[in-house]
Amino acid sequence: MLKTLTDLNQAVEKAGEMIKKEGLQILVCAGTGCVANGSLEVFADLQEKTRELKLPIKVKLMDEEEESHDNVTVKISGCHGFCEKGPLVKILPMGLLYTNVKQKDVDKIVEDTLKAGKLVKKLVFKSPDKELYPREEEIPFYVLQNRVTLENCGNIDPEDINDYFATGGYTALSKVLFEMSPAEVCKEVLDSGLRGRGGAGFPTGRKWEFTRRAEADQKYVIINGDEGDPGAFMDRSVMEGDPHRVIEGLIITGYATGATRGFIYVRAEYPLAVKRLKKAISDARESGLLGEDILGSGFDFDLEIKEGAGAFVCGEETALIASIEGNRGMPRPKPPFPANSGLWGKPTNINNVETIANIPRIIINGAEWFSSIGQPNSTGTKTFAITGDIQNTGLIEVPMGITLREVVFDIGGGIKDGNEFKAVQIGGPSGGCLTREHFDLPLDYDSLQEAGAMVGSGGMVVMDNETCMVEVAQFFLGFTQKESCGKCPPCRIGTRRMLDILTRITAGEGQEGDLEKLEALARQIKETSLCGLGKTAPNPVLTTLRYFRDEYEVHIRDKECPARQCKALLDSYIINEEKCIKCGLCQKECPVDAISGERGEGFEIDPDKCTLCGACKAVCPVNAIY
Amino acid sequence: MEKEGLYKLDSIIEKFRGKSGSLIPVLNEAQEEYGYLPLEVQDYIAQQLNIPLSKVYGVATFYAQYSMEPKGEYVIHVCDGTACHVRRSTIILDAIKEKLQLTDEKNTTDNKKFTLETVSCLGACGLAPVVTINGKVHGKMSPKAVKKIIDELDGGEIDA
Repeated sequence: MLKTLTDLNQAVEKAGEMIKKEGLQILVCAGTGCVANGSLEVFADLQEKTRELKLPIKVKLMDEEEESHDNVTVKISGCHGFCEKGPLVKILPMGLLYTNVKQKDVDKIVEDTLKAGKLVKKLVFKSPDKELYPREEEIPFYVLQNRVTLENCGNIDPEDINDYFATGGYTALSKVLFEMSPAEVCKEVLDSGLRGRGGAGFPTGRKWEFTRRAEADQKYVIINGDEGDPGAFMDRSVMEGDPHRVIEGLIITGYATGATRGFIYVRAEYPLAVKRLKKAISDARESGLLGEDILGSGFDFDLEIKEGAGAFVCGEETALIASIEGNRGMPRPKPPFPANSGLWGKPTNINNVETIANIPRIIINGAEWFSSIGQPNSTGTKTFAITGDIQNTGLIEVPMGITLREVVFDIGGGIKDGNEFKAVQIGGPSGGCLTREHFDLPLDYDSLQEAGAMVGSGGMVVMDNETCMVEVAQFFLGFTQKESCGKCPPCRIGTRRMLDILTRITAGEGQEGDLEKLEALARQIKETSLCGLGKTAPNPVLTTLRYFRDEYEVHIRDKECPARQCKALLDSYIINEEKCIKCGLCQKECPVDAISGERGEGFEIDPDKCTLCGACKAVCPVNAIY
Repeated sequence: MEKEGLYKLDSIIEKFRGKSGSLIPVLNEAQEEYGYLPLEVQDYIAQQLNIPLSKVYGVATFYAQYSMEPKGEYVIHVCDGTACHVRRSTIILDAIKEKLQLTDEKNTTDNKKFTLETVSCLGACGLAPVVTINGKVHGKMSPKAVKKIIDELDGGEIDA
């Protein structure tokens, strides 16, 4: 139990020494992606097999000097973001990263690396030009990154509070409690230029100040972890990989705004995040970092987790509040803003997970440090989840203002399967698409808004030339239409009408005038919907119309789908003879025997038999069926 | 439902009684206990928490997590988030529908062994397309791979 500032400082110092005694640390990623690929089996095996090792361990990396360690510790870590290459095993202090580690590789790691001190080359990341990158930080995926909110993810055990202490954990909290007034904390955050990372980009310091100035007997602070944007998982990674950072950030928010109770609202689909946060909250409470008179400062604060129940609209702050109160998660008109009348009618401050994860570092390093990163109006870093038809799927953190080209090609490694880049959807179903012409666009709040997209939560779905933009727009609108809560007619009825038109177009029944109707509806919905869900729902349609209008027109006029995705507009699939390697997998997979031919000679699809089920397409190893 | 079955709710309700905003956590745990929320369960919760049944029903029908129908032994979630969608999750869904003879309207098999649902994003986009079965994540799925998993579960060979 830490009762004073001195207690905390001693705990931090002791944790740092303990980490040094751990010697060689082997961290096995236990994020959702790696766990699904079998990382926990790798972890158990490594733990078992390192027990009999003879100490000290000597390790030599490529052409560097040999290091000697008196001890070896195996533990789990949070997500590194490089999910494509999981399961990942990182060895500290040298920062060696092994990728695609399977259980059968454990013996090799123990024998070669831990006993003989050599690299297991087949587990080292190789670039397409066959260069080896043993160190995580030197892999091209990481070189351009600047990890602030994700700095501990992958490097510490998220279930051990001492690991967080060893990184200086909770010293930002002690700094505000003993050296700063709530007004000074708000000002520091305002000066840093930090803007809300959940989507709207409102200056965080100003939001805090509103709640701080509101007078009431009880105030609340809430973290919005209802990460509902399909294709975004940064909040999940932080909550799973560094839960104490989130908790520390929330306690600081409470102190700055005068709130003594906090909630972390986590979506129901993230059971691992809930588990890690619960453990972290209970450890923090036992250590005296939550509860009454924290560290003897006189400040009381406690928090609890609220699990969502599956509703995208609960990402909207007034809907989220309704959900915590136990009601249907429907938004209400603003004002009054939550800063004046929020949870149970009391002043309430709500921030997104990533926003809060920035706070401890801003307090320790100062506003000036933070605002020196990124752009003048978009300071700091931003995490993006890059997914879709891209080589290196994963989670990245980059300075605001990095260009789309750098993200897609330098970090993302370009498009999968040798296909061409077509577009990237940024900001989820509320955002818009960017195209080749935006390769040099700096990714920040203002530039993206001008292009018709938005930073949003940071989901970035890359699409190749086999993607049909009309179908994509239909997909997004199908999502928002389904998630519309039904409270206000523009969103409830308008999104339904837009979806009907898009469905008609992809079914080959598009009519002249449909595009104009879509645009008129989109404008009305944007202007008259009650909340952000409705106001932004038409964005994917508007941006695809802006950049790919001809694709819509071909669907309507010629009843053709240039990307060959809209099944109603196709007769059958075709095999591209140039790409085909004549392996015969498609023939085996076809449920209606529509594919004729011989292995080694080539295959053909009979259009009369083909039912467009797509089974051949899915199994083709070279993407030759379209 | 037998009357005795409802008494399992008492300990759940007791945990949250008197706390504000208790309806959703109670429904979460009730759904966990029974697998779904039949009207009797909703009615009992309404009485015990002293709130109108209409409100309980309103909340239970608003959130995607809650189900009014009993589910199969294995609940299959096909992710149709954006990342999975662009990596062709729909053909995985179609393959499962065909395999288990299910439709959009009929999503549980007659023998109550499998229930098929779509979800929008599980946050495991690096493994797209993703399917979860009773919470276990299966990444980089193909129609063939998912049919094989279902076959194995149908034979009861592995424990998902």
